[in-house]
Amino acid sequence: MEFQHSHASHCESGVMSSMLRHLGLPISEAMAFGLSSALSFAYLPIIKINGLPLVAYRMPPKFIIKGLQKPLGLKMRFETFRSPEAGEQRLNELLDAGRLVGMQTSVFWLPYMPEDLRFHFNAHNVLAYGRDAASGDYLLSDPVVETTVTCAPANLRRARFAKGVLAPKGLLYYPEGKPSEPDWAKVLPKAIKKTTRILLDSPIPIIGVRGIRRLANAIERLDAQGKPAAAKMFIGQIVRMQEEIGTGGGGFRFIYAAFLQEAAERLARPALNELSEALVDIGDEWREFALSTARMIRDREPLNPAKLADKLRAIADREQAFFRDLRRAA
Amino acid sequence: MLDSEVPQEGNSTLGGQRKAMYARGADGKLHIVQSAGWEVEEIVTRQAVEDLNRLAEDARQRVIAGQTSALEYHMHKARMDVPLLSQVTGLWQWRIRRHFRPDIFQGLSAGLLKRYGDAMGLTVEQLQKAE
Repeated sequence: MEFQHSHASHCESGVMSSMLRHLGLPISEAMAFGLSSALSFAYLPIIKINGLPLVAYRMPPKFIIKGLQKPLGLKMRFETFRSPEAGEQRLNELLDAGRLVGMQTSVFWLPYMPEDLRFHFNAHNVLAYGRDAASGDYLLSDPVVETTVTCAPANLRRARFAKGVLAPKGLLYYPEGKPSEPDWAKVLPKAIKKTTRILLDSPIPIIGVRGIRRLANAIERLDAQGKPAAAKMFIGQIVRMQEEIGTGGGGFRFIYAAFLQEAAERLARPALNELSEALVDIGDEWREFALSTARMIRDREPLNPAKLADKLRAIADREQAFFRDLRRAA
Repeated sequence: MLDSEVPQEGNSTLGGQRKAMYARGADGKLHIVQSAGWEVEEIVTRQAVEDLNRLAEDARQRVIAGQTSALEYHMHKARMDVPLLSQVTGLWQWRIRRHFRPDIFQGLSAGLLKRYGDAMGLTVEQLQKAE
């Protein structure tokens, strides 16, 4: 079967959606995202990227790949390598055998990425579906790019064996066996409940709705008068995590809303449609937060961390109410 | 977000590429819409890139003034910091900082220079010049 590329908003759910479709189980990106309960919020002040804390709107890398195994009765194989040579050889073997191979890469070393977006982010997922016979370049399907791309072996090797936080160690993954159509009435409520647990009942105060409030407190403490440049870097970083790094907008809230719509249809439960609309509204609020932040960075409005913190707290309240409703509906 | 609200104002940091966003169509269904970019994203990406460029330019000036080695310039140019360069090369952070001293950088062995070059995708010759 000819491989078919599709444009997605997030790399990991996009890779899994393409892979599953290729295996004969058409599943949308939003469904892959929601079914693996990937939505989250985490404010991780201990993990620093260029000196700024990590803010994530989803569960950690590989969560989607792993989370789809159980509901779809699929076994994924993961392989990492000590040496780049071994990793490259294994990739070639799998491609020669006609397989689709998922890979974890560093954005910085992928030549087709726009220059300004090439940061040292190590958990970008890409699919390899073949090799160009003449040049030896790999044929890649990068879900966040509109079309398929190619990548020279030397660049791909660097991208797969980049070091630092979340180093990929050449990670390859591919399915063993075939996925089967799940019992939707069973797996969907289960996946939704898991997401509400992640956002509402986290034992650590930096994850879920509590994490949003914790981040609001951290923003409030920023020194707008003494160190405006540092404060702007801090708030700018949050918006980058929320919008720029392939989230489909509003820190994955829109993609999850799309998932809820699909779930409403599959389960014939219109209540989920209403909840989906409520989540779109929350996503819009995240976008407003991003807009205010950007305006403050550019001095179009005065830098006011307290105002941003209040906005975040309002979002946290809404999300808390929303996920409680969702729990009841699931 | 409605289809009509998906920003299409362009974003120079996307290098002409478009990204997939989720928005609500006329039928009320959420689906993927290609976006040419949102100014908000452009502002925050430019902010991050400009900060890295500022660090590199600042280091370049100090290389000219003889206050630091070309290594520091190339580190910022490769969008790295000392902890990351340390992880990539396997050298202690204090050793890397020591190599920021021009006199010490001058005397580095060919092996060490190659290690730095490999880490940042540079030849040894490129590594020794801050340009």
